[in-house]
Amino acid sequence: MLENVKKFASEFFVTGNTLIYAADISIVLTSLSIVFALTYFKKWGWLWREWLTTVDHKKIGIMYLISSLLMLFRGGVDALLMRTQLAFPNMEFLNSEHYNQIFTTHGTIMILFMAMPLMFALFNLVVPLQLGARDVAYPFLNAVSFWLFFFGAMLFNLSFVVGGSPDAGWLSYPPLSENTFSPGPGQNFYIWGIQISGIGSLATGINFLVTILKMRAPGMSLMKMPLFSWSVLSSCIAIIFAFPVLTVTLGLLFVDRFFGAHFFTLDGGGNPMFYINLIWMWGHPEVYIVVLPAFGIFSEVVSTFARKKIFGYKSMVFALVSISLLSFFTWVHHFFTMASNTVDAFFAVTTMAVAIPTGVKVFNWLFTMFRGRIQMKTPMLWMTGFIPTFLVGGATGVMLAVAPANFQYHNNYFLIAHFHQVLIGGVTFGFFAGMYYWWPKVFGFMLNEYLGKWAFWLWNIGFYVTFMPQYALGLMGMPRRSYTYGWDMGWWPLNFVSTIGAFLMGAGFVFQVWQIVYSIIHRQRDLTGDPWDGRTLEWSIPSPPPVYNFAVIPQVEKQDDWWYKKQNGSHRNKAVKYKPIHMPKDSGIPFITGFFWFVAGFGFTFEWVWIGLSGLIGVAVSLFTRYLQKDTDYYIPAEQVEATESAIGGARS
Amino acid sequence: MQPLKRITIVSLLVALISVISGCGQQYTVLNPKGPVGEIQFNLIVISAILLAVVIIPVLIFFAYIVFRYRDKPGNKASYMPEWDDNKVLETVWWAIPIIVIGALAVFTVRDTFVLAEQPSKGVKPITIQVTSLDWKWLFLYPEQGIATVNYVVIPTVTPVRFELTTDAPINSFWVPQLGGQKYTLPGKALNLWLEAKEEGSYFGTANNFSGKGFTEMKFQVIAKPNPKFSDWVEQVKGSAPELTRKGYEELSKPGLVEKQDYASFPPDLFDYIIDKNGGQYYKENRKNEVEKAQ
Repeated sequence: MLENVKKFASEFFVTGNTLIYAADISIVLTSLSIVFALTYFKKWGWLWREWLTTVDHKKIGIMYLISSLLMLFRGGVDALLMRTQLAFPNMEFLNSEHYNQIFTTHGTIMILFMAMPLMFALFNLVVPLQLGARDVAYPFLNAVSFWLFFFGAMLFNLSFVVGGSPDAGWLSYPPLSENTFSPGPGQNFYIWGIQISGIGSLATGINFLVTILKMRAPGMSLMKMPLFSWSVLSSCIAIIFAFPVLTVTLGLLFVDRFFGAHFFTLDGGGNPMFYINLIWMWGHPEVYIVVLPAFGIFSEVVSTFARKKIFGYKSMVFALVSISLLSFFTWVHHFFTMASNTVDAFFAVTTMAVAIPTGVKVFNWLFTMFRGRIQMKTPMLWMTGFIPTFLVGGATGVMLAVAPANFQYHNNYFLIAHFHQVLIGGVTFGFFAGMYYWWPKVFGFMLNEYLGKWAFWLWNIGFYVTFMPQYALGLMGMPRRSYTYGWDMGWWPLNFVSTIGAFLMGAGFVFQVWQIVYSIIHRQRDLTGDPWDGRTLEWSIPSPPPVYNFAVIPQVEKQDDWWYKKQNGSHRNKAVKYKPIHMPKDSGIPFITGFFWFVAGFGFTFEWVWIGLSGLIGVAVSLFTRYLQKDTDYYIPAEQVEATESAIGGARS
Repeated sequence: MQPLKRITIVSLLVALISVISGCGQQYTVLNPKGPVGEIQFNLIVISAILLAVVIIPVLIFFAYIVFRYRDKPGNKASYMPEWDDNKVLETVWWAIPIIVIGALAVFTVRDTFVLAEQPSKGVKPITIQVTSLDWKWLFLYPEQGIATVNYVVIPTVTPVRFELTTDAPINSFWVPQLGGQKYTLPGKALNLWLEAKEEGSYFGTANNFSGKGFTEMKFQVIAKPNPKFSDWVEQVKGSAPELTRKGYEELSKPGLVEKQDYASFPPDLFDYIIDKNGGQYYKENRKNEVEKAQ
């Protein structure tokens, strides 16, 4: 009996590595201390009522934000482990298998569990406020989306200590990801973790598309809508077309692995290239999905801090929408090295074409600053840091698109340098700019600027020190995903410099955490609701906004409506008669549904069919319960709205 | 904002210098030793110059704007908060990327088709069949009847048609100094033309992740003038053991091996590998590709 338990435990838990034991201990200690703190301060009820059951888009946004920053930490530690291994030739810090697991989880986590939720955090925190809306179109679905993301991410992270991590790369090409070459639960964790959170992402895309199309304040025609909302709209269009492809692709891979089908193995008449085409039909639009909202953020930030109207609004809108469409014509550039020359030529040109609207946007941002008055606050600092990074990253992207030259860059460090340059310089810097910009709106207090500047410079300098040498390493022929190299290759000095840069970026992250903690302790309240002298509707309400956002739905007349109302003084409170406000009721069902998805995913990951099926039944039952629920909404009485408004509104100047 | 500008420029310079000084042997991609690599090198240079012509002035302009229009008391630069539209300017910056991309597209499409053909015309090419295994490279010489593992010898100034496939996960066959890579796909044979113009030993590597031993999957490409190449073939024929079907099954098991020579191999080995991985579903394709190459 004891022998059986021992045998099971040694297969079930990941063993044999000090790093993992240390992680086990820290996970157990952290969990215990959270449980202890919640019990000691009697906060379980509070946690359940205020957070786990909430359907308020602002709270959901905050939960997305916290989760994504935690995932940034996890993915960042992965990155530092890899750079440590590569700092010197013939290092024995990590072995090949461990290294493979780390780069696989690093890529997956950074794209799907860091960039996506950070983006959804900003969608949730900002879009309804910017549109003058009281909520998103489907608040309940919004909560379901969050919990699917959350439990998907938890399932994926569990692979670190239980069962074993996936190690076939962040896109898991077959046949490597098939049973023959990757037996065991690692690859199943990948499939189910992404599948569950991917369904949530699709729902978020639909939710925000409808929110933007249907919930704008009266008078806000599409061509008066702030550019961030436009960028979210373009991103959502791409999500709606791309994510079903991901769902189907992972579904087919699961069928291959679980039922022994041959969708992606040639020996039964399938084809691994079929998978590679499908995964990039999702994967390439995916990188535009995350970068488009960053473009929107930069547009908001630049016009606020240059104190000038955005230059060429119509061009900007046209560029955003055309990028979201062009993104679906570029996927083959990820495998020029297998395609025929006609196909290569076509996709080379369509890929380069994306540079046209993107280049136009850069010019428009520059001319928004031109003849403006630039205030170098932290959000603007990230904006200015972004421009040179993105220009160089974009240029190397065009170089990669030159199909015959791509035969030399493909899968080596030149490529690694390029996509980190656009993903860190574009997406991460963009979302940080957004986080700093909207932080006082969401939380009602300012972040410390001094520590924020330190964080920015460490990130920015660290970025160049890390990735500029990698372009050179690529031209020296260093393949991506090598876990070690010899002294004879001459790759050592540049790798060493790159590792130093990675630790500088890590220090930047530490400063950000310090900045947030410091600012929570030394709270500098924002009583104005409009600390940056903003231009769009979210700055017209108190910070943090009340649960119903707008006591009175604003009437919009032009683009940057709030700015012009401030200019002509019409923003000052007139005597208003409040009406009762219709709001959705909180619900525990989204959390429970997410939990059952987790159970289902866990069961299928270990091929424990009965657990998997019970999870799926749990999902169906919890959603059916929702279907039977009639009491799902309520009205906030007018008197209560008035009381709230005079309490928070009174604090404003 | 001076520091930002300075850091950016310094970093770019460092990158540029390290690339230019890369005329040293380490920068394999920038030191092509054959016609295929040269075409690709030229494209890299053309694209870098075309893009630099746009990027560098924009970076300088950006630094100027950030400096000139900063919000400082007494800044005399003009401030026009409502100015948001200029049709001429917008036309110009829609036109700039269109022209640059258009020019680059022409070179790209031209060379994409050039590279699919035999590099030096009028020279009789040789064929070498390449199979990526877990985690080693097998080279078959159908015309010479010999086989090698983890190194390949080719004649100089002779176009080499590498036929690539795999009996393991997908990989990529890459010899940076001779020219770009191509995937090895299961059940299919892709063509990759390479040619070495001078004698030497070139670094080759697996370039698509394929599991545990991927990093060790390096190989050497040794280019010898034709007479020396023939001598080498004779020497292998005379001294090396033969590769049997059974020996192949042993070799293809996951693991690392040293360089190997084989005096002969089963003549249908390459077809066997392709069919084993599902090639029967793509027979027609393969026949067409072989015909097209000849």
